[in-house]
Amino acid sequence: MNSTKTKSFEVLTKDLACKIDTIINNFGSNSTRLVGILLDIQDIIPKQYIPREVATYVSEKMNIPLSKVYDVISFYGALCDIPRADYVIQLCDSVVCKVTGNSFLQDTITTLLGIKENESTSDGKYWIESTPCFGACDISPAMRINGKVYGHLTTSESVKAVLDKYNEGSVMV
Amino acid sequence: MKNIKIKVDNINLIVPEGTTILEAARKANISIPHLCYHPDQAIKANCRLCVVEVAGSRKLTPACSSYVFEGMEVETNTKKVRDMQKGVLELILANHDQDCLKCLRNGNCELQALCQRFNISKTNLEDSVDALPMDNTNPSLVRDSAKCIKCNRCVDACQKGQEVHVLTHSHRSIHYNITPAYEMPLEQTFCVFCGQCAAVCPVGAIVEKDDTSKVWDAIYDKNKHVIVQVAPAVRVALGDAFNLEKGSIITGKMVAALRRLGFSKIFDTNFTADLTIMEEGSELIDRITNDGVLPMITSCSPGWINFIEGRYDHLLDNLSSCKSPQQMFGALSKSYYAEINDIKPKDVFTVSIMPCTAKKYEAQRPEMVTNGVKEVDVVLTTRELARMIQSAGIEFDGLEEDQFDNPFGIGTGAGAIFGATGGVMEAALRTVYEVLTGKGLPTLKFSDVRGLDGFKESSIDINGLEVKVAVVHGLGNAKLLLKQIERGESPYAFIEVMACPGGCIGGGGQPIQSTMDVKAKRIESIYKIDEDLPLRKSHKNPSITELYERYLGEPLGEKSHELLHTHYHSRDMKYNFEELLK
Repeated sequence: MNSTKTKSFEVLTKDLACKIDTIINNFGSNSTRLVGILLDIQDIIPKQYIPREVATYVSEKMNIPLSKVYDVISFYGALCDIPRADYVIQLCDSVVCKVTGNSFLQDTITTLLGIKENESTSDGKYWIESTPCFGACDISPAMRINGKVYGHLTTSESVKAVLDKYNEGSVMV
Repeated sequence: MKNIKIKVDNINLIVPEGTTILEAARKANISIPHLCYHPDQAIKANCRLCVVEVAGSRKLTPACSSYVFEGMEVETNTKKVRDMQKGVLELILANHDQDCLKCLRNGNCELQALCQRFNISKTNLEDSVDALPMDNTNPSLVRDSAKCIKCNRCVDACQKGQEVHVLTHSHRSIHYNITPAYEMPLEQTFCVFCGQCAAVCPVGAIVEKDDTSKVWDAIYDKNKHVIVQVAPAVRVALGDAFNLEKGSIITGKMVAALRRLGFSKIFDTNFTADLTIMEEGSELIDRITNDGVLPMITSCSPGWINFIEGRYDHLLDNLSSCKSPQQMFGALSKSYYAEINDIKPKDVFTVSIMPCTAKKYEAQRPEMVTNGVKEVDVVLTTRELARMIQSAGIEFDGLEEDQFDNPFGIGTGAGAIFGATGGVMEAALRTVYEVLTGKGLPTLKFSDVRGLDGFKESSIDINGLEVKVAVVHGLGNAKLLLKQIERGESPYAFIEVMACPGGCIGGGGQPIQSTMDVKAKRIESIYKIDEDLPLRKSHKNPSITELYERYLGEPLGEKSHELLHTHYHSRDMKYNFEELLK
């Protein structure tokens, strides 16, 4: 009875696994709180996604079938199963932002970065996606970058000004 | 239970409380159209095709998930109902690959039959088949999401029936799909290839990998000596494909059909089932008398082997080292058979007809090689054999009965019952008891291990030693026994596990619509075959005795070990988290 080869890890390290253990314990290892657990785990993984090896780790740790974990990841827009980027740019696609001109915002940002929605720049720095309302209607049209909200983005200059902060590295998240 | 009076299409019915409208209508010979409903599964109510009108309700009511109530009046054929059903069908069809002629399920597809019933030839809606890539890189199953209608029957079979949890629904809205986690191909998951998903799929979204052309090519190749073996469970199921009564025993006609197809010799896997009993029985006796690892668990079911190698690889020592009857046959065909007929092993082309999709996977395992060649070249499921017979234009029902050839043509009743859950156990007990006690059994029937209960146990007194045995079928049931072994609490000496519900007669390669009722009929027929046979104990099979005398020597002997035994290993797509955390 010989054990054959196992899969190698690309993302998961001992350190990351320990952090994941802490997150799971913080939620009492409660399978009904899987979404919260996965959101917290996603936050500490480079490129902000849940790779298969991490989902498998969670599945074994919490005794939930991997297929169920994947069902949850793929169901929720806030969770992602493929690598995104260092900075995830979320464009609000709710009605209020639409009325105040989010299509201009979308056109501007995709032109500036040279990528379409659900794509990342070749250097892996930016990713663009649309998202349901995150409650910034008062300053719409708005976008959110790694959790930080920017509003009143009605001109090319205003959009560029936000991006410049990230290009210069003056914003660290 | 309370009986309830209802009216379906003005027909008065009295049905027990807790009956659904769909089941009640059936009693009035009304078939309400349905796709996600399956009699052996939980109610899903997601295809919305079974809607009917219930008096007093403004909305249409799904018949599969609505229970009858006193005085209920149901109409199943009003304009409103039919229009809705037609609309639902057209919507399903618009997102379904309509290249029916290319589909293995053509003529045997529930969606196609319903379209015919509603006279829908082509939907007026714009086709929009948004599909994932085809998953066809494993040897057993092909998944084509372009044909998937998202009924969730396969998910139910995989998660609730087998508890394998490979297939799941994923994503949302227009991206909603049925996939394994991370859309991995099946061979990179814990899929055991049992094919229960394919057996319940109403359309052609999950089918067996069709290998019939490989067999035709071999038959037409003048340099190949093409032989075939047929598993015990095929002879009580193949008739379904030719509209014979369910459970019909068609052994003779099947052999005749195989001969017409052009196979040089037609052999019976029942023979190597008997051989398995000789080896496995001896192994059990050896383990009991020499303090070996107990309980010993059977190893005939390749779906089961895939399961334990994937999820419970720390219990592999409990598995019998015996190859399955299919592989024992394959090994003999490329050694003993080739020698006595003076044919080079590489020129013998061995085909097996199996009720099973996992057998295809088993046959291509790298360790299943004898004399440098693959032991079994091609495995066909019962469904594929039916297609070959149909394709050759053979009128099956009218065939005159034929007989298996020698030297692998004699199988005993013990070999025959391998096809039903509990069969291997019963066959083993018949032999082990007689060998150990030297006495004949008072009765050959071990009723405790027969039938469709998920978990069965029994015990037998052998020379004053109580030997406890257990039988499970369906992998969910197997899990319970494995957990017991893990805890060190298993009271059993011998356990039979069959991956598929009902055993091989309910295998994933059997004719479509093998419901529990049909499985029960097949089991009845299997035991009838056993009763009608003159020889019912494996060790009394004269061909087996001859094989040991002429070639193998003795059970568990050197030759047997080389040809008839194997080893197991854990599936290699696992992550080793223990190693990482060190």
